[in-house]
Amino acid sequence: MYDVIIVGGGVIGCAVARYLSRYQARVCVIEREEDVCAGTSKANSGLIHAGFDAPHGSLMAQYNVEGSKMMPELAKELDIPFRRNGALVLCLNEEDKPRLEALYENGVKNGVEGLELIGPDRIHELEPNITDDVVAALYAPTAGVVCPFIMTIALAENANANGVEFKRNTEVKAIFPRAEGGWAVQTANGVLDAKCLVNAAGVYSDVFHNMVSSKKIHITPRRGDYCLLDHAAADLVERTVFQVPGKLGKGVLITPTVHGNIIVGPTAVSIEDREGVNTTAAGLSELLSKAGTTVKQLPTNQIITSFAGLRAHEDGHEFMIGEVEDAPGFFNCAGIESPGLSSAPAIGKAVAELLRDKLELEERSDFIPTRKGILDPKTLSREERNALIKEQPAYGQIICRCENVTEGEIIDAIRRPLGARSLDGVKRRVRAGMGRCQSGFCSPRVIEILARELGVDQSEITKSGGKSKYIVGTTKNRY
Amino acid sequence: METRNLTCICCPVGCQLEVKMEDGKAVSVSGNHCPRGDAYARKEVTDPTRIVTSTVRVSGSVSGVKAVSCKTASDIPKGKIFDVMRDIAGVTVTAPVHIGDVVKANVAETGVDMVATKEVL
Amino acid sequence: MKQYDIVIIGGGPAGLAAAVAAYDAGVTGILILERDKELGGILNQCIHNGFGLHTFKEELTGPEYAQRFADKVRERDIEYKLNTMVLEISRDKVVTAVNREDGLVDIQAKAVILTMGCRERSRGALNIPGFRPAGVYSAGTAQQLVNIEGYLPGREVVILGSGDIGLIMARRMTLEGAKVKAVAELMPYSGGLKRNIVQCLDDFGIPLLLSHTVVDIHGKERVTGVTIAEVDDNLKPIPGTEEFYSCDTLLLSCGLLPENELSRAMGVEINRATNGPVVNESLETSIPGVFAAGNVLHVHDLVDYVSEEAGAAGRAAAEYVRSGGQESGGQEISVNVEGGPRYTVPCTIHPHKVGETLTLRFRVGSVMKDRFVSVYLDDERVTHRKRQVMAPGEMEEVKLTRAMFDKHPDLRHITLRVEEA
Repeated sequence: MYDVIIVGGGVIGCAVARYLSRYQARVCVIEREEDVCAGTSKANSGLIHAGFDAPHGSLMAQYNVEGSKMMPELAKELDIPFRRNGALVLCLNEEDKPRLEALYENGVKNGVEGLELIGPDRIHELEPNITDDVVAALYAPTAGVVCPFIMTIALAENANANGVEFKRNTEVKAIFPRAEGGWAVQTANGVLDAKCLVNAAGVYSDVFHNMVSSKKIHITPRRGDYCLLDHAAADLVERTVFQVPGKLGKGVLITPTVHGNIIVGPTAVSIEDREGVNTTAAGLSELLSKAGTTVKQLPTNQIITSFAGLRAHEDGHEFMIGEVEDAPGFFNCAGIESPGLSSAPAIGKAVAELLRDKLELEERSDFIPTRKGILDPKTLSREERNALIKEQPAYGQIICRCENVTEGEIIDAIRRPLGARSLDGVKRRVRAGMGRCQSGFCSPRVIEILARELGVDQSEITKSGGKSKYIVGTTKNRY
Repeated sequence: METRNLTCICCPVGCQLEVKMEDGKAVSVSGNHCPRGDAYARKEVTDPTRIVTSTVRVSGSVSGVKAVSCKTASDIPKGKIFDVMRDIAGVTVTAPVHIGDVVKANVAETGVDMVATKEVL
Repeated sequence: MKQYDIVIIGGGPAGLAAAVAAYDAGVTGILILERDKELGGILNQCIHNGFGLHTFKEELTGPEYAQRFADKVRERDIEYKLNTMVLEISRDKVVTAVNREDGLVDIQAKAVILTMGCRERSRGALNIPGFRPAGVYSAGTAQQLVNIEGYLPGREVVILGSGDIGLIMARRMTLEGAKVKAVAELMPYSGGLKRNIVQCLDDFGIPLLLSHTVVDIHGKERVTGVTIAEVDDNLKPIPGTEEFYSCDTLLLSCGLLPENELSRAMGVEINRATNGPVVNESLETSIPGVFAAGNVLHVHDLVDYVSEEAGAAGRAAAEYVRSGGQESGGQEISVNVEGGPRYTVPCTIHPHKVGETLTLRFRVGSVMKDRFVSVYLDDERVTHRKRQVMAPGEMEEVKLTRAMFDKHPDLRHITLRVEEA
């Protein structure tokens, strides 16, 4: 019997787990996929929003602003790449100016610090590549960018280091109340029991909620297509650049990533399929034409990949956080769409505290607040780097030539607790295969390392678990 | 008289060849820029042949190499390509292997040897 | 800091030929830095035959061709380091590299030859919509898996792009036990050599769908199929022509991109048409003493030409070292192109530095029939050669001689013109 089972190993589930791990409790995170950060958390803009956008008085506004404020310390504790690069919301015509001003006022009310309305000269001083059509902008210096993979993985690793169990490759089929109190979770690998349950199941959070509550909720997966540009395009913008929603609808954003790429997106298409993460020709063309209005010239020849993510849009467009009225001990983290990533630390902390109060949990004396990330030799001085290579020569062997990732980093990604088990798992932890050749050169090498480290045949290695086998057999085996 | 159009595969130029045929035999070839094209065309219409390249497994390589590339030492009948593949499917050679080493003699009864095209130590 | 006369970045066919030529020209302090575990580069995975007809007058496989040059390097005792990645080259030719044994080291070169080769255009760069399952590979990745590792990446294959690697892999996958259902090509002509269409597709009854492209990739975990549609004259998919092909694998052979990240970072000027460095008659880039050859300079169709070009770069680098690093000086003339060529390599010429012969290489932008390739020095037509067919997939060349330039001491214009017959 667990004290708490968290359904879903996305950024929200992992944040709850991490903040809960400071208390004395038996906690387990159940994740359907082969790795944490495999759903909505893996395919988004990677932004820590300043918090001016969410309507004042909403949970979205509250958690966003609080989450944003928590980020610097959390990033330091958990060794997460995070940078406050600032954001600009562009207004491209006079008629839309009142919307921009309303956004400013909403932000001030939400408690966002440092907001400014600025004119074209200042805008071009900050961002020379912005279109000359710009008439005004809202400047939010506290907006930031984060690596959503590392953020989620870091939260999970730290929770794990503090005793939280993780069951990956485990799909939850059903949740039902136990006669003797608490909850039973039916998984593909058997039934697990817990006193309390956290529903952090992303686009499936309505499914689980509706299993236990008579007050039904409804989540619509909203697909967003993105394009990722090479480092070579990094000079395009330094800040995250939005357009104020105006007469031409909602624009798409252009932002640097924390690793120095440029990301463009997302579109917003409501779909039925909760697994519908396919990009479409229409979506990609829409987003490129929209992004083209933000900057003088969009270097589309620098696109290295495109992808789509789903946002869990609840009909009321508001986070649903807390204990469900007619299901005591069942805590929702549902309807987590943008600004979900930004809000994750605050939601994690809030839900952990609700559980603490519910279960009367005591603080642990041996809580480890910090986590050390995977050592990137590029961050070392030459002397340190050479000392490292001498001691562990694998740090002298470059495997991913686009991102200059060494074998040492890949081995670390696999061997550490909750380590990588697939090509994508390695990619999200150390960026091997994330670069301009998109793993063309390094994937055979990474497979070799994965197979060697995991003690399995190379044909067992997958792109991202399940049936995503990379190799189907050996040559000539049909003869 | 029957006419057949071919693309010469002797070299990267890829000459477009026209072969005039009579009674199943080539009587004239045009379009070729060199004598190899003429010979190719005459052979292609009666007895087409190909070089087959593939790999066979290697054991005992000090560098951990698992396969060595190989080719038919000369061209073999086109109709026997898959027979050649079948015949080398079970072959494993022991390192060291040198370029030109026979990995399968008289492959698929063609009278041609399959030889290694790479050094494996 | 270790010092060398010439440091060569990449030990593929270009790097090896450059090293041998530079050595034979009398400069012996040469170091080749290779990121892979053996010399020879991508030739090692090109196990098909067809290499070396020009260079060795016989038809070799890729590994055999590589071995010939690697042997020449070893016979000359030219130094090389394997598994060594160059991270940075400074403008003053300090090469920073890393490997397991030496760690991170700086190497001072008098001259640098860039021979890093190219990479394949990825699915992302093509922006093909759909899911992102396992089973989408660039043709070269599949080639490595099949030919080097002995693994089959899939059993039912569709290939997008009819570049040579794609065609070659259609045959390789077929021989090794896969079913290749079709090769789709966006353009109305193939990007590969004609003979590869015959011996890699026609021999096995694999259809080549010209003016077709992949418009959707299906399958959430592993590819389950692709949708192929016909495209119009503007290369846009024509609605209503979509057809589903069930397959577990999509191979991409949609063009090669010179790998010039190191060149760009050191400040070498890049030609937008080739994505390779701008070079003069000595294959010297915009940075004096930094030379380039092979697929990093512009994508070649035949390795024989890579070797020939790299030999020229090696000799020019040796000359640069022997002359004590003198800059070219004198008049430099850009080569104008008219009537079809997309670019020339070299793209500028110092007339006084032209050797006995100078090869101008170029590609055309579309299929052209019955044309003359002419070069004009000012108003004089110095060469005029008939070409029955020229296609973008094949590299063209025209040879100029020292004697031609000697007749024009006050030369101002050099023009490569493709003329109608």
